[in-house]
Amino acid sequence: MTERAVPAPLLEVRGLTVYHGQLRALDRIDLAVAAGETYAIIGANGAGKSTLLRTVVGLHQPRSGHVLLDGRDITSEPPYRRLAAGVALVPEGRRLFPSLTVEENLLVGMHKARPGTFDLNRVFELFPWIPGRRKQRASQLSGGEQQAVAICRALLANPRVLLLDELSLGLAPIVVRRIYQVLPALVAEGLTILLVEQDVAQARQVATHVHCLLEGRTSLMGRPDEVTAEQIEEAYFGVGWLPPSASAAELGV
Amino acid sequence: MTTQERAPTPRTAASGTLHVRRAGASGTLVGAAGLVVLVVFAFMPVIVSEADTTLLVNFFVLLTMAVMWNLLAGYAGMVSIGQQAFVGLGGYGVLVLAMNGFDPVAAIPVAAVVAALIAVPVSVLLFRLGGGYFAIATWVVADTAQIVVSSITSLGGGTGHPVPGLSSMSPHTFAETTYWAALAVVSVSLGIAYGLLRSPLGLLMAAVRDDEVSARSAGARVMTTRRIVYVVAALGCGAAGAILAVSQLQVQPSSIFSVQWAAEMIFVSMIGGMGTLEGPILGTVLFFVLQQNLAQDGAWYLIIFGAVAVLVAIWTPRGLWGAIRQRTGIELFPVGYRLHGGARGLVTQAQLLDGGSAAGSNGPGSRAGAVWRRLRS
Amino acid sequence: MEWANAIVQGIVTGGFYALFACGLSLMFGVMGIINLAHGDLAIIAAYVAIALVPSTHLPMVWAFVVVVPIFALGGYLLQRTLLQTSLDRSPFTTLLVTFGLSVIIENVLLEVFSANGQSITIGTLITKSFSVNTTITISYLSVIVLAVAIVVLGGIQLFLSRTPTGRQIRAVADDREAAQLVGANYRHVFGIAAAIAFATVALAGLSYGMLTEFVPTSGVTTLLFAFESVVIGGIGNVWGTLVGGVILGVAQQIGAQINPAYQILAGNLVFLAVLAVRPRGLFGVRTA
Repeated sequence: MTERAVPAPLLEVRGLTVYHGQLRALDRIDLAVAAGETYAIIGANGAGKSTLLRTVVGLHQPRSGHVLLDGRDITSEPPYRRLAAGVALVPEGRRLFPSLTVEENLLVGMHKARPGTFDLNRVFELFPWIPGRRKQRASQLSGGEQQAVAICRALLANPRVLLLDELSLGLAPIVVRRIYQVLPALVAEGLTILLVEQDVAQARQVATHVHCLLEGRTSLMGRPDEVTAEQIEEAYFGVGWLPPSASAAELGV
Repeated sequence: MTTQERAPTPRTAASGTLHVRRAGASGTLVGAAGLVVLVVFAFMPVIVSEADTTLLVNFFVLLTMAVMWNLLAGYAGMVSIGQQAFVGLGGYGVLVLAMNGFDPVAAIPVAAVVAALIAVPVSVLLFRLGGGYFAIATWVVADTAQIVVSSITSLGGGTGHPVPGLSSMSPHTFAETTYWAALAVVSVSLGIAYGLLRSPLGLLMAAVRDDEVSARSAGARVMTTRRIVYVVAALGCGAAGAILAVSQLQVQPSSIFSVQWAAEMIFVSMIGGMGTLEGPILGTVLFFVLQQNLAQDGAWYLIIFGAVAVLVAIWTPRGLWGAIRQRTGIELFPVGYRLHGGARGLVTQAQLLDGGSAAGSNGPGSRAGAVWRRLRS
Repeated sequence: MEWANAIVQGIVTGGFYALFACGLSLMFGVMGIINLAHGDLAIIAAYVAIALVPSTHLPMVWAFVVVVPIFALGGYLLQRTLLQTSLDRSPFTTLLVTFGLSVIIENVLLEVFSANGQSITIGTLITKSFSVNTTITISYLSVIVLAVAIVVLGGIQLFLSRTPTGRQIRAVADDREAAQLVGANYRHVFGIAAAIAFATVALAGLSYGMLTEFVPTSGVTTLLFAFESVVIGGIGNVWGTLVGGVILGVAQQIGAQINPAYQILAGNLVFLAVLAVRPRGLFGVRTA
């Protein structure tokens, strides 16, 4: 019941069940992200992490369950409305527009921007190399650079909740560290972050809350200092995993 | 099946024990029934009037074309709007052979083979283009074939030429001969299509159509499969054109190369149901019913049929036969497969058509892939 | 000099083909739709003009003012309804649906307007021409159409590269899903692209109606020319399409010079040759 003490969640997911064809990708997922939190979802490949984020922004329709922003049900809204309401996703694999220049990619991000602190100058402060390369095609950037531009593109919409899908995917550790370094600055600006990560150590470092997924189900959740590395390992790989009927509450977290 | 209870979740079932069996009635039963139908149709000229046999000839011609187009699009996923090229080449093949002293009726299979041979180099060019551009390119090829043929003055140029060697027959013999030739062509076409779909190639075709990338990775020789289907379709359309040349006693470029043939074969397949063998039959029957009732009103039958085809494509892409089968489970030609153990129900090519690209790798296409890999191992 | 004339005539015709082709390219580039009814829609524009003008007694220029916006609106609506619905099924369905539309349009036009040739009369401009020398005579109209084609192609290029909406169209064409993540309602964006494409279709159809006589079945011919221009020039290359159109036009004129019956054949053969030798077209950026 300690959950009641924290303010009403900014982003909430209730009983979310999602299918890909016949395959159940997510099974009755609940989560609540309070304003200002950095909420990390961790899990192995195929655990349903990306599906969760994609369903939150509206790229997938759930078979059942709800997505709420600030208490308002946005489950049936199309992605562009959710963005206007303040939910932005940096998708897995960056997904910059390859035939557009770096600058155009950013400008497209501003198309439906809400009022807020992020403009071109502000994101250039975060990644000072960008202005010098604004005329380059996005496809000519390195993976890490693309990731930075993808983050900026999402930030320019001035979201309330920023969803980050596998920032570290395919990037060298040093590049990953540099990208993660900007997260505190974003939180300081008042952003709420929901991120998906395979790199458990990285996620534990930045997160105020961790949430493990295993084969589409919640296998563990809690504050990083509350859960042990062993618990996470179990929840991540499913070693000694309890039957599916067991809920997170029974795990004592 | 005992495997049924060993299927806790769809996921384990997909990787676990799967039994693939041919769906529907057994092959021998279908063969026997087909033979009975064939014999009944063979006696038609004795039973019905000459006008009716002429109508049946046209019916067989369109059905042959529809079966072939359905092979191309419904099974191999290639939308051709230029099959009239091979209809025309088949017709002109008969004309050329007859002008050189061949018996026109005996020339029918030869003309069809010639059309198929021409399709081989044509496919090399066309297969360089994908999807929609392939479709228009087939149209260009048909246009080119028509212009080339029209410019040959010895074949009558743009006005066409009568087919020699037919006037010696009595009207009665001519009607009967044409009818049996058309019946033979449509029977062989259906037989080839049925055999092709029951062969491993049929499954390969479904795999290619549903997911080219995964089909390729499953070892499917995509190009070869497509080429075989394309050539077979040219053979069938060539035979249909050859029948037209004989039954109409003459060939005329603008009519035998007409895009109307493409329109009719496409609409018939769409309405009846692509990706089923029954669909084109049903569609052709409906087409003739409509045409007979609206023939005096100009082109309206084609307009109405086209509009219906568009609506069917959007609302029930499996066509009327697909809708009927979904309700009743009836299948006259067993070319689908049943998966036993987990993934329930009948996997037919028609169902695979449903999802299209939207279903992605998790759609029914992967089921075809699973069946395909299963059959190969 | 007759050959020089053939080449000059081919070049001016090529501009017209490029005008026809740009809508086809745009629809394919943005939505992945091959609109098989493209040519027939253009012919509708021509028929609308001849049906409209005698009854309203307006000068022909007004046909453009009225028909082009109507087509743009119609394009948006058709995209948001029939085309989007079929696109949601599959690209395969889109092909079948637009082919169905093509056959329907053609036959309805035949029923309504008969197979008699028609043309849009615009007074003296249609017959006026200037002579370069004794053999080369160019009609003002065909030069105007060439100029319109260049302006339209350049305008579309500028619109796509310089305006926020153009940027969004390119973003949607690149990655529909990612575009949604940055706030694009891709269906609306598709509608806008279709509106632009249909406006060019109307322009092309009206130009066609002034340049030459047309019948309900002319749509197919023009679709094939437009398509050949696109493939010769290279799919996805705006100015390549113009060059493709010019090559096609020149080939046809040279063919006609040899024998009037070979005009279209020569164009088709050049198209097939390009397909055989350079399947990506002369300036192609990607495979079809």
